Amino acid sequence: MNEQVRPVDTAAAEPVRSIGEYVPMVDGPEKVSGAARYTADFVEGKALEAAILRSPYAHAEVLEVDTSEAEAMPGVRAVVTGADCDKTFGVLPIARGEYPLARDRVRYKGEPVAAVAADDIHIAKAALKKIRLKVKELPAYYRCKDAYAEGAVDLHEHRPGNLERDVFFELGDVEDAFTGSDLVMERTFHAAEVCQAQMEMHSALVSYDPLRDRLTCQCSTQVPYYVHLMLSKVTGMDQGRIRVIKPHVGGGFGCRTETLQPELIAALLARKIGGAVRLLTTREETFITHRGRPETDLRLKIGMTKDGRITGVELENDQRGGAHSSYGIVTILYAGSLLYAIYDLQNVRYIGRRVLTNTPPCGAFRGHGTVNTRFVFESLLDEMAETLGLDPIAVRRRNYLEAPTFTQNDLMVNSYGLPECIDWVERASGWKEKRANGLPDPGPGKKKGIGFAASHYISGASKPVNWTGEPHATVNLKLDWDGAITVLTGAAEIGQGSSTLVAQITADVLGLPIDRIRVIASDSEVTPKDNGSYSSRVTFYVGNATLEAATNLRKILVEAAARKLEADPEDVEVLGEYYRAGSQDTGIPFQEVVMEALRDTGTITTKGIYNTIPESWGGKKYRGAAIGGTMGFSYAAQAVEVTVDETTGEVTVDDVWVAHDCGKALNRLTVEGQIEGSVWMGMGQALSEETGFYNGLNLANNLLDYRIPTIQDSPPIHTHIVESNDPHGPYGAKEAGEGSLSSFIPAVANAIHDATGIRFADTPITPDKVFLSLEKAARFGAGKRAA
Amino acid sequence: MAKRIVSFTLNGRAHDGVVPDNTLLLDYLREGLGLTGTKTGCDGGECGACTVLVDGRAQLSCLTLVGQVAGKAVETVESLSRNGRLSDVQEGFHMKLGAQCGACTPGFVMAAEALLRRNDRPDDDDIREALGSNICRCTGYIKILDAVHHAAARRRGEEPAPYPPLPDRAAGQAA
Repeated sequence: MNEQVRPVDTAAAEPVRSIGEYVPMVDGPEKVSGAARYTADFVEGKALEAAILRSPYAHAEVLEVDTSEAEAMPGVRAVVTGADCDKTFGVLPIARGEYPLARDRVRYKGEPVAAVAADDIHIAKAALKKIRLKVKELPAYYRCKDAYAEGAVDLHEHRPGNLERDVFFELGDVEDAFTGSDLVMERTFHAAEVCQAQMEMHSALVSYDPLRDRLTCQCSTQVPYYVHLMLSKVTGMDQGRIRVIKPHVGGGFGCRTETLQPELIAALLARKIGGAVRLLTTREETFITHRGRPETDLRLKIGMTKDGRITGVELENDQRGGAHSSYGIVTILYAGSLLYAIYDLQNVRYIGRRVLTNTPPCGAFRGHGTVNTRFVFESLLDEMAETLGLDPIAVRRRNYLEAPTFTQNDLMVNSYGLPECIDWVERASGWKEKRANGLPDPGPGKKKGIGFAASHYISGASKPVNWTGEPHATVNLKLDWDGAITVLTGAAEIGQGSSTLVAQITADVLGLPIDRIRVIASDSEVTPKDNGSYSSRVTFYVGNATLEAATNLRKILVEAAARKLEADPEDVEVLGEYYRAGSQDTGIPFQEVVMEALRDTGTITTKGIYNTIPESWGGKKYRGAAIGGTMGFSYAAQAVEVTVDETTGEVTVDDVWVAHDCGKALNRLTVEGQIEGSVWMGMGQALSEETGFYNGLNLANNLLDYRIPTIQDSPPIHTHIVESNDPHGPYGAKEAGEGSLSSFIPAVANAIHDATGIRFADTPITPDKVFLSLEKAARFGAGKRAA
Repeated sequence: MAKRIVSFTLNGRAHDGVVPDNTLLLDYLREGLGLTGTKTGCDGGECGACTVLVDGRAQLSCLTLVGQVAGKAVETVESLSRNGRLSDVQEGFHMKLGAQCGACTPGFVMAAEALLRRNDRPDDDDIREALGSNICRCTGYIKILDAVHHAAARRRGEEPAPYPPLPDRAAGQAA
């Protein structure tokens, strides 16, 4: 064995560190070379191709689905309908009412009704046209107010009045607070529905082996274990007979944080034919599958003292949830509970209604639950600051929390970098100068402005949606005779860098270069369970579990080195590829330490787990108060500079300065990438993106009509990382991938106001809206609210 | 559908394909030849993920029939690396995080390759124009600009811009 030992330059030996540096992703080479395989890329097999028949009706009783003609077509191997599965699925245990294929009723245009598996996709699609659907149409509702109006037909029997959930809480005394305020303002707002529009369309490849009664599913998901659970539920198969593998996944942003129909329908077909089925959805179907951010109507009232202290808050909002539950109950609770934990609020009343409508189901979109609340809150703060003659940033400073603290609704806040974020943005953007002296003249017909806003987000929900009593995260490490270290994790790499993160932490603890570490992620047959990539939980929870697993492995290696070196373990220095006991010691190379560690025991596996602490679990002050509990909040602030073209109404974002408190940037490259991506996605919602429906028909179901900003529309972004060192985060780290989204929207609205004097309370703030409001102001005087 | 033999150069090698007349180049590359580096991101002409080079120019393979490339040279993302090494453009997208989820990346890489072949000293506006019909949903395009500048420097034989300096690392070291 000795000749295989790597030569070690003992004089130069030192631990390799990468935490806090710029580290390219460990799976980057595959992505840039085209070698990375996503679900649709597994083309070499003998899988049948599947296609879904979708409802052309927004709301109807299904009387008959006649598939006989389709089944008789040559090349058609199986057809499934609602009759093939009477089990429901859904992400929240208390709201699982959705069938993989509609049974008694269809509730939105595009809801899956039947599916075909055929020899090729052309045959499958031709067969769909032969399926006869007989229905009785029902009244359909596309707006919240219509859906919960008196006499409306219930979409679901168990949700009378089409209310998925109504929430009310009042903490403190809001009326008293308003009475004692120097200024009370109330405004209404509207935010359009937006969709994640991740680049990889939904897809699934499922095979069923009837000889062994085993099902294998590969699909585009953020939550392989929730998929596992739902596959078991809808097929009735034992969980132990199912294997879920997550290949490369092309983004998610929340739309895949729950099981979706493609994987379930492919499973039903695979079971029926006893073979493999590939189901690739189109871009249009991916839009219809939806799970985006709901259209929201909001009314916000804030009381303030004349020096800018917030005295009381009342928020009422209706979310158009779509036809099924999805994450709806969580979304409407977040929208209220996360009013807290950014500023010091003591009197809050919240009224939330999650409404069922005949549109595709909304779900959890990046910044889940907080985005529209933050839009209206930061917009109104800006208007109140103006009214009181205060600087908008000074008003934020007047309302800081003092961490560590628990908010009035019992959310735990340990690290609070908001003041540092705000200080940096104020300085870097030249805020004071620009607000005092104005911005440079952009020329005739144009106006410039600058706006500011702040935001925050959770680092994972402290209680997972499926509470089982297991740890929040489990990571295994394997070290074998060859010195190779393999991380086994269920964490779902979806492009955010989770595999890089676990490799980095493992390498750092052992002082080894990252390329010594191999990562195997998200294969239920091999890797430990993980709840998935959502609510920014992975860095915090999986990161901590990895830290523990690596620390356990280090301890074993140090003890082995101590035996070999005849020294005390506490005297052993870990210099990466080289272990020694004191600087006089010649030491031994890593490979020798490994062989000593394996002596008598063989292959070593260590484990790390992570559990949230009970103090983080949120409160019990009202029903649902625990939603919002997290181990740590990230904070962000941003200033946005715009030019408004008065002749076209077009808003150009000239510059963005954003600071984000992520506790500790474990990888500055990926943290910057997440912050920039969040800011930019906020820009899409603020200025151009909207699904849009006409009688329940999705109008923007492609990437041309759904206006995602291109590189031509996208501004420079100056990013600053604030490190508040959270006491519980791995190396002090917390959330980095969502918190900067929501502050962009109010910041740009405030900037447009600064430029034009008009306040826009309706997103997206498109050129036609801006143009109309400017026209109105020009004709009828400077109206302060948008047309 | 009538089938015919279409001869073209694919990634530097002569190729004869037997294809129905209505076969899209994208589907032929992916489903017919297993060259799945070229991605499908939309229902046709919306996103740029399927960009390949045809006679050195960026072209959407989802809007191209196989018959249209007869006698031409087609290059896909799989052709760029040499002897297992990343090309300059691929290295740029890897090192500067121009790729996050990676689903749009092959399209961006090929569009950037087409740009650098005609201009190895592009400014931000040149890059914005060349990549203006490709959609990325992860990066906000900041790091894609960095990636192309990195690649352009390499192509000119210059050292690409290093990562920004790190802040003081004294605090927050692991156990």
